[in-house]
Amino acid sequence: MSGATGATSTVAPRSSVPAAAPELPATKPVRGRGIGRFLLTVILPPVIVFILAMGVWCVFTYVVLKPSRRFLLPPPQEVLTQGLLKWTSLHPMLTALALTAKAASLGFLIAVVLGSLLATLMCQARWLERSLFPYAVILQTIPILALVPLIGFTLGFDFRSRILICVMISIFPIITTVLFGMQSVDRGLHDLFTLQRVSRWTRLRKLMIPAALPSFFIGLRTSAGLSVIGAIVGDFYFLQGQPGIGALINSYSSQLQSDQLFAAVILCSLLGVVAFTVVGLLSRRVIGKWHESAMDHSRS
Amino acid sequence: MTTDTLAADARIDEKLGAVAFSGVSKRFPDGTLALADVDLDVRAGELVSIVGPSGCGKSTLLRLASGLSSCTGGSIDVEANNVGFVFQDATLLPWRTVRRNVELLMELAGVPSSERRRRGQEAIDTVGLGGTDGKFPRALSGGMKMRVSLARCLTMAPEVFLFDEPFGALDEITRQRMNEEVLRLFQEREFCGLFVTHSVSEAVFMSTRVVVMSGRPGRIVADIPIPFGQPRPPELRYTQEFAAVAGKVSAALREGHR
Repeated sequence: MSGATGATSTVAPRSSVPAAAPELPATKPVRGRGIGRFLLTVILPPVIVFILAMGVWCVFTYVVLKPSRRFLLPPPQEVLTQGLLKWTSLHPMLTALALTAKAASLGFLIAVVLGSLLATLMCQARWLERSLFPYAVILQTIPILALVPLIGFTLGFDFRSRILICVMISIFPIITTVLFGMQSVDRGLHDLFTLQRVSRWTRLRKLMIPAALPSFFIGLRTSAGLSVIGAIVGDFYFLQGQPGIGALINSYSSQLQSDQLFAAVILCSLLGVVAFTVVGLLSRRVIGKWHESAMDHSRS
Repeated sequence: MTTDTLAADARIDEKLGAVAFSGVSKRFPDGTLALADVDLDVRAGELVSIVGPSGCGKSTLLRLASGLSSCTGGSIDVEANNVGFVFQDATLLPWRTVRRNVELLMELAGVPSSERRRRGQEAIDTVGLGGTDGKFPRALSGGMKMRVSLARCLTMAPEVFLFDEPFGALDEITRQRMNEEVLRLFQEREFCGLFVTHSVSEAVFMSTRVVVMSGRPGRIVADIPIPFGQPRPPELRYTQEFAAVAGKVSAALREGHR
């Protein structure tokens, strides 16, 4: 108690600036950020995992598979030389991949806009949530395969249907995360806005939407990956028009062209990685300054 | 609601600011009676602390006064252009900088931006937050956050101030500093203040009167005037007179706890 007396008696009643200063949290010592450190902590770990994975792949090809069945999983170097580095096989894959990427990004955009709107609508009233949310869940669990003929006859077996499949597969995470984000706004903050007698629209714009951003971006990441999957699945079933990469995978696998098959699979996953990264960068840019989840921790 | 009456001019606005509870009771929808027949009059120039056991309806009293909830019996009369509410948590928007958090209420009230800037700066200086304008709340300590919350309230120049256990989560020293800060503001502006706390020493140090409430349903069991004038030096807390008054409040609190 005597310690407390000493500290408080130094506070001048008028200017509290010096009193406020010691309340600042102590800043952590800045760690070195050399290029060597970057290589060691950011680049090295995934490289090691990559080498290990290639090792397992080779072991599987050369040890587990009998030579007569080796065509099922050609070794990595053959996938590289026969699939990825040969222009005659790479060119059609890239053309198809571009089309799939187009379907994926269109579907993703629609899913984001539609999903956010639906979630915003649902959090406006309990009854709206109760009446709409079950259908969001059903959309998520329904076997797309069963709907293929239905969608095909309505929209045609071409590009538009691929986009629809993509939207159906990638919309759910957006709905749930936006809904979650908007509903977990602190009650005190709501009270603060209530006291100012703000309109529903102002509350939405200045409180609920920004508050939902961190979880929205988590949904966005999941959804970005799913939209790529959705576009590939769409390619599989809706074969009319220009083929997407999914259609190529389909035909490679039926013709046992394993080199090309695995090359195409690698390209697909690269597309997913790109989508994921773009969303990650966007999230860091939008909420990185104030939210932990998107902060650049190497700098803190 | 006029927002033109400003911080510094609040004093000139002759003693506007009063809260009167008469026979107020509150029953929650689930049937529990939170408050029973509460009579309490607080005028401008009075800072009244409300102490009582947890769940005695102290905070409910403030929610009723602010209009966040309505009473089921009796009536409440609030005379003020603006009512300031300082919540238990700092309730800052994490995506806004200190400055933009301080300006929030004015923004919601439609105050033009140049005026917002001026009044915001004034409030920031008043609570000693200068130099932290551009920081985000996550970079601030608990005490600093409460200062931002206080500054945000000040921008609206409320004649009635409601404090809902605002410093309960702070460490002792920071809490005492914040008490002195509020007391200084009170001397300057002579607002009408209700301060909910469960710290007896905080209540005695800050108030002109301490109201003691009993456990559920909350009733007022004692209304103890605090005999100390203004300004109050921090050392007041360690005098015998202070201890005597605090003892009286504690005794009443124990009485009501039975």
